[in-house]
Amino acid sequence: MQKMAATLGFLSVDCLVSFHIKKNYRKFQGLISFLIFSADYFNEGESLSEDSKLRFDTCQLLWQQMKSEAEELQEELNKNLFDKLIEFLEKSHLEFRKKSTNWNYQIKSREIPTAALVLGVNVTDHDLTFKGLTAMLRDTITPYVVSLQAKECPDVKHLLQKLASQVMGCHIDMESTEEEEEECVQLSQKKMHYSMAFLSTWYRNVTQKKGSESVNKKITSSSQWKKSPPIVIILKDIESFSTKVLQDFIIISSQYLHQLPIVLVLGIATSPIIIHRLLPHAVSFLCIELLQSLSCKEHLAKLLDKLLLTTRFPFKLNEKALQVLINIFLYHDFSVQNFIKGLQLAILEHFYSQPLSILCCDLPEVKRRIHSLSEDQCESIRRLPSFMRYVEKQTPEKQVASLTNERFLKGRMERKSLSLHIYHENFFIVLKCLHAFTSSLPKYPLGRQIRELYCACLEKNIWESQEYEPALQLLRMLAKDELMAILHKCVEVFRSSPGKQLGSTAEKLKEFLAQFQSLEESNEEENGSGSQQKGLQKTDLYHLQKSLLEMKELRSSNKKQTKFEVQRDKVVDMIDNLVRKYLFPPDTQTLYEVVYFTGAHTLREHLNAAPRIALHTALNNPYHYLKNQALKSEDDSIPNVAPDICIAYKLHLECSRLINVVDWSEAFATVVTAAEETDPNSTASEEIKEIIHARFIRAVSELELLGFIKPTKQKTDHVARLTWGGC
Amino acid sequence: MLPLENVVLCRESQVSSLMALFGERHHFSFPSIFIYGHKASGKTYVMKTLLKTSELPHVIVNCVECFTSRILLEQILNQLNCLHYSEDEYTSHIACDSFNDFVRLFKKVTQERGVDDQTVYIVLDKAEYLREMEANLLPAFLRLQELTNRNVTVIFLSQIVWEKFRPNTGCFEPFVMYFPDYSIGHLQKILSHDHPPEYSADFYAAYINILLGVFYTVCRDLKELRHLAALNFSKYCEPVVKGEANERDTRKLWRNIEPHLKKAMQTVYLREISSSQWEKLQQDDTEMGQLKGLSAHAHIELPYYSKFILIAAYLASYNPTRTDKRFFLKHHGKIKKTNFMKKHEKTSNHLLGPKPFPLDRLLAILYSIVDSRVAPTSNIFSQITSLVTLQLLTLVGHEDQLDGPKYKCTVSLDFVRAIARTVNFDIIKYLYDFL
Ligand SMILES: Nc1ncnc2c1ncn2[C@@H]1O[C@H](COP(=O)(O)OP(=O)(O)O)[C@@H](O)[C@H]1O
Ligand SMILES: [Mg+2]
Repeated sequence: MQKMAATLGFLSVDCLVSFHIKKNYRKFQGLISFLIFSADYFNEGESLSEDSKLRFDTCQLLWQQMKSEAEELQEELNKNLFDKLIEFLEKSHLEFRKKSTNWNYQIKSREIPTAALVLGVNVTDHDLTFKGLTAMLRDTITPYVVSLQAKECPDVKHLLQKLASQVMGCHIDMESTEEEEEECVQLSQKKMHYSMAFLSTWYRNVTQKKGSESVNKKITSSSQWKKSPPIVIILKDIESFSTKVLQDFIIISSQYLHQLPIVLVLGIATSPIIIHRLLPHAVSFLCIELLQSLSCKEHLAKLLDKLLLTTRFPFKLNEKALQVLINIFLYHDFSVQNFIKGLQLAILEHFYSQPLSILCCDLPEVKRRIHSLSEDQCESIRRLPSFMRYVEKQTPEKQVASLTNERFLKGRMERKSLSLHIYHENFFIVLKCLHAFTSSLPKYPLGRQIRELYCACLEKNIWESQEYEPALQLLRMLAKDELMAILHKCVEVFRSSPGKQLGSTAEKLKEFLAQFQSLEESNEEENGSGSQQKGLQKTDLYHLQKSLLEMKELRSSNKKQTKFEVQRDKVVDMIDNLVRKYLFPPDTQTLYEVVYFTGAHTLREHLNAAPRIALHTALNNPYHYLKNQALKSEDDSIPNVAPDICIAYKLHLECSRLINVVDWSEAFATVVTAAEETDPNSTASEEIKEIIHARFIRAVSELELLGFIKPTKQKTDHVARLTWGGC
Repeated sequence: MLPLENVVLCRESQVSSLMALFGERHHFSFPSIFIYGHKASGKTYVMKTLLKTSELPHVIVNCVECFTSRILLEQILNQLNCLHYSEDEYTSHIACDSFNDFVRLFKKVTQERGVDDQTVYIVLDKAEYLREMEANLLPAFLRLQELTNRNVTVIFLSQIVWEKFRPNTGCFEPFVMYFPDYSIGHLQKILSHDHPPEYSADFYAAYINILLGVFYTVCRDLKELRHLAALNFSKYCEPVVKGEANERDTRKLWRNIEPHLKKAMQTVYLREISSSQWEKLQQDDTEMGQLKGLSAHAHIELPYYSKFILIAAYLASYNPTRTDKRFFLKHHGKIKKTNFMKKHEKTSNHLLGPKPFPLDRLLAILYSIVDSRVAPTSNIFSQITSLVTLQLLTLVGHEDQLDGPKYKCTVSLDFVRAIARTVNFDIIKYLYDFL
């Protein structure tokens, strides 16, 4: 870990120097994953314990499972979008395919069918979507799928070159006959002829030669496309394209529409209005239809549900760690992929830093591993705070047994790990039910998203939170149809969760539902005090609370409740009981440390690196990274043995916007010579002075390289500071 | 082939002067002709039909497609090389690198094709794009006749006047010709000309009359009008098809179509919804309630800090730097209001547009408007870069400038206000212009 921190420090420096942080950030993440998945890294730990290999394998297996789950989810979500896109493609160029001579078609201007995919600002996630999209189109619609990025297309020439080579490349891919391949290679060598005219001739030749037989055997659906498969051009990041390039390209393409069935797919990160802004003259050549992908927040919610709110995977995050990941998502990047990467880092950190994470696997495996635990490992179990708490509650004999008898300990642990598993099963069911109840309340007192509720429950007893009681009060005012909808959701939660937990609760829920149903049928007339139930205004909290008070009064004065109200209270009491019984936070559980990752700080340090701060720390307090005792200084003074750049840096902090280089140099010399304690009058002093001067110049140019100062013409013998304050 | 006057309408005078210029087949014609006129004034169409019906040897090249001069020259040569060839005869591709080669090859090809005894016409459509190519190209094309010593005429079609082409070193002057815009009468005549076969010409002409009544004030583009006519014609016919009216019930038909066209003006015409969506709406006869136009999707969801960065950038772009102290320092002491407000600066900032600001100023403002403490993490920097790629901010100056990059905020006040509202930030209070 030490090593990694140092590397990070170094990279941060790099970050500041060039402001191309994004690029470096990727590099840096790449580095992390490189470090992460070399098993050596694991062995490098404090003690070369015998289980490090096993731990590493467990870690990898777990990660693979979670990763494929996440990928499956992504595919499932994409499918929706892709289906809509396919539908759009089926509609487009209908007349082209039919070679229509219809009047309407003749007279109308030819427009390029354009699908505008609004994908959201989380640009890092788009790549996966486009990858899936390309594969899907190639499999089902057309071999001619081209994806272009703005940075590859600085002008029309490059754009067409890329386009043509990709379209014809697709052709090579699917052909196996060698002579034709050669032909294509020859073509691609004549780079200069990549004009649209050339492409159109090529397309005619290819589709005619194939005649009625299908161009690609793989492609199954939509037989109408077989004769003339469309050319789908995906422009991944429309915002970054220059107006001129795009506009010219669209004008050119629109002139070939009667020969080439071109379809555009525009990847939009912001809003579709950008099309109008970018293409004021060319929109009239487009027939635009909007397709929207799932919002990234919903995607995250689904991901959490699949990966964390489940007992499928033993690994869990504690409240702080989860919060760090969620905050990066909400505050910084909206990127689900980055969230997954963060989770990956958490898993790795957990398995690396927690030796007992060896028990973080599925239940049958845990049992086996418990039995093969070594003496040392048993000892570290005994030292787990959660285990110690557990032991303290035992009778004295049992206490002694758990601390001395290995077999007894293992038996206990087996039971405890089972109960931890059951705890989680119950926890998630109750959590989801509670969320079903509270997420329909006005103003969402316990959070709108389940992740908010989950974090709250991880942190402390939710029923002791301020918002809990008022939320229950509100629940006691729900109208019947709302309540029934919620109950249906809860039944669904029970149905979809594995195992038969929580005794008869599922049955009870169904009973309630049946009763409400019968109430509905029997008494339409009995709506004495039922009038105010209906008027539950969702938006206005103030009115709600007022009517709540009124209700209370009403209830105390007039004890007579309707049947429905009695039942409703029972339902709310039931959920309240469930919450109090099952929703206590996990750190109360024995063996909590084994499956919960608690290193929020590490996550923050690595995922939300602060390059400026790291750089400042390195220069201002070199001891922090170098760990050289000589550099340790109590007060804020500069140790004169510090690296030259640190001394120069420290001195420059005291200056204002403009720095007098002469003064700076003198101060530098003073500090440095104080260390060497040379006699100023000695003969060698001249030479030493020159050396010091050279050192100063080097330090200053290093600072310039790091972006702290730059030369200025405002004043002679001065340089300008580029930073302000302490960092 | 139909006689020319039956297919080209309302351009009699232009056609006859062109014919006069061209003269007999083997006569030398004017070396270069420059034709200009607005979009859809029929330049391409007239030229194409004219050359085709008179069966003159010609090539037509669209300069948009020719992003290098090489493609342009090769297209001309290869099209020439295909003259009088039947489809399946094989012609090899002619490569041409420079204008020198072009002159040489041009002579060779015209000879081979047997057209060296008559005028060959080279039409350069969208000639505006020539101005972006090598500087020698335009002057050379203007005097191609002289350079090749062949009977050739180059015709330029452009939307821009000749004066904007003329190089300041001077050049051979082409014969300049103007295609004026069509009058409403012309439009009526041309549009009515292509009536669908199922309906009488009069019926369609009446429809065009209504269409022009609605659209003529906003759009005179023949192509666009034709497109709109085709899109809405089925709606016009609806009462007739249903048997509710006959073809001569003009009032009834008008009442049916007029509101429909007005709606079209606000939707399809502006490309708020696409033509296919519009046609589908017509077919299903549904209201466009659930179908929202493009501009209804203006909202952008951004990460929390990105919102604040954008707000900070907006403030930095529209507030004078010296007012930052007043807005963002908790204890700014006594800054006299009269002193602080300078008359000439008042309300002018929004009219002048966004001003560039350095990164540090953006960060300083950001830290003071976000209530929690934000560290200058790499994420914050990458968010700034992301906003640049999303075109919500722009980088001023060089892309690769390392020290002190400067930005501008490009979003509108409405947009930033909508963003600010979602984070409960009253941006108006912080804007100098609205003080
Ligand atoms: N005089 C005309 N007679 C008939 N149709 C015309 C006439 N002028 C223009 N059009 C129609 O308008 C369309 C646009 O004209 P076009 O020649 O492309 O305009 P320009 O080249 O000036 O932009 C043509 O496709 C043609 O069908
Ligand atoms: Mg034209």
